[in-house]
Amino acid sequence: MATAAITAERENYLNQEYGIKSWLLTVDHKRIALLYLLSITFFFFIGGFFALLIRLELLTPAGDLVQADTYNKLFSMHGQVMIFFFLIPSIPAVLGNFLVPLMIGAKDLAFPRINLLSWYLYIIAGVLMVHCMLTGGVDTGWTFYTPFSTAFSNTKVIEAGLAIFISGFSSILTGLNFVVTIHRMRAPGMTWDRLPLFIWAHYATSIIQLLGTPVVAVTLVLVVLERALHLGIFDPTRGGDPLLFQHLFWFYSHPAVYIMILPSMGVVTEIIPCFCRKRIFGYKFVALSSISIAVFGFLVWAHHMFVAGISLYAALIFSALSYLVAVPSAIKVFNWTATMYKGSITFSTPMLYAFGFVGLFTMGGLTGLFLAALGLDVHVTDTYFVVAHFHYIMVGGALMGYLGGMHFWWPKISGRMYPESLGRLAALIVFLGFNLTFFPQFILGYLGMPRRYWQYPPEFQVLNVLSTAGATVLAVGYLLPMVYFLWSMRYGKVAPDNPWGASGLEWMTTSPPPTFNFDQPPVVNWEAYDYEHIPAPQEARSGG
Amino acid sequence: MSEHVVSAKTYIAVWLTLLVLTGVTAGVAFINLGPFNTIVALVIATFKALLVVLIFMHVKYTSEKMVKVVVVSAVFFLLLLLGLSLADYTTRLL
Repeated sequence: MATAAITAERENYLNQEYGIKSWLLTVDHKRIALLYLLSITFFFFIGGFFALLIRLELLTPAGDLVQADTYNKLFSMHGQVMIFFFLIPSIPAVLGNFLVPLMIGAKDLAFPRINLLSWYLYIIAGVLMVHCMLTGGVDTGWTFYTPFSTAFSNTKVIEAGLAIFISGFSSILTGLNFVVTIHRMRAPGMTWDRLPLFIWAHYATSIIQLLGTPVVAVTLVLVVLERALHLGIFDPTRGGDPLLFQHLFWFYSHPAVYIMILPSMGVVTEIIPCFCRKRIFGYKFVALSSISIAVFGFLVWAHHMFVAGISLYAALIFSALSYLVAVPSAIKVFNWTATMYKGSITFSTPMLYAFGFVGLFTMGGLTGLFLAALGLDVHVTDTYFVVAHFHYIMVGGALMGYLGGMHFWWPKISGRMYPESLGRLAALIVFLGFNLTFFPQFILGYLGMPRRYWQYPPEFQVLNVLSTAGATVLAVGYLLPMVYFLWSMRYGKVAPDNPWGASGLEWMTTSPPPTFNFDQPPVVNWEAYDYEHIPAPQEARSGG
Repeated sequence: MSEHVVSAKTYIAVWLTLLVLTGVTAGVAFINLGPFNTIVALVIATFKALLVVLIFMHVKYTSEKMVKVVVVSAVFFLLLLLGLSLADYTTRLL
């Protein structure tokens, strides 16, 4: 307790100022990260609540828990909330915001006020979204496909569209801030080939946010204009083309998957070398594969449209291009595995999540190749196979990475350690619950169960019951970390500055860091992941 | 990186040109040029965008290579969007 008293006295970003105003008007990237953490957690539970209702409805073949129309709204808003209000901001706006300046040795992001503005835009968008949900919701799916969204749906399409439009600006501003910060604010000696790979991943993510998000924003405005003013953009009876919507929408929304997964890859790339006590294998390849994923990600969008009526020639091109993304993704997986090879591995909580990430991302990625294959895609389009595939990427991949990162950097963020054994238990529950939820969906989809249906033939019930059971296990796995993180803020053991013996500038400042991050501006004269020269702490090795 | 000062005259001239070109676009819409309808509209729009980017956004006066890289990559990604979409539109049978 004596050390706790000393730490409490030490000035840091949490205790420098108190009061609601010092939070709502803060320009400190670390405080803004915490504001984001609270807000996205709120939306995660809303999205999760919708997911549980969906799974409960699918427990029985008959549509008995909710009406068909309500079911349409549930999956639509589950998707919109989870994608635009949780996954896209998750790692960049929370961990990225907190860590990008720390990792490159800067005092803050390049534009601290724009950073705060991005959070306010997110909140405005969030309030609009919540209002939309409370006053009837939207039933277009997260994809807003025309002509349903523009001509037929009688739900709150315009409001949901505007909410996402505004949250898009929040995302653009975060991306812009990161790009400028990474270019301009690196500490002396922090060259591009010494940057932590987390930074490379965020750089790649920011490029997508900057170049892609405006397109979906404009597209949603066009939907709103067509719906409200009956302009003929997507409506064929007025000279429009409904497939144009899908082209524009997926031009952003496919790369958006990489906005979710790339930061997660960055997190995993920090965790694995630390808990294997080895330098990352193939630094340059891992760094450049992030950039290639960002660029190739823009070349594949029409693989979402193979059965929608695009030309066979275009389908061939997009199918071939889609396979390209597998190359940098595989480079990453092989490099992580090679890093583990002959490493001195510790099975700490963050590492368990990293293991989970590598396995589940690989499954999600490989089933993505099934979907890129023209012939097979015809069979599984709009079935639960697709649902399972993208949940393996977004939940098994992105969310596992987010949780791993939260555990890894929690000591730095809060200055406290979480209970390690509970952490491992939660990681295990999440992994088992996740697979139980989504693996049966691969089989269901392959057998032909369409997605977005509220009833199904009785022969699919066993697999659906398994999936629903898995979802409840998964829910426990998600609640547990929230409970013990909150617990640890008061009762957790006081964290040392570098509890894992990790490399990286963020571990060289105090936990939690002071407002301007470093007492002395750091100068870097070592390579990233120099684990041969960093002693492993006893604490991390014994697992606390 | 010194801030280049652009005279108010230039700004006003560009603004007037943009207004005139908007008028031209609207006017041309009333004349049927056949296949050239879209081409003429796009040429005018591209020219207007160039004026905005080069003068209003100061890209013309920058010596920063990074700014140029950003502009070029934005145009590149726009071309990706248009080019790959055209791979569909130009080869559709329906």
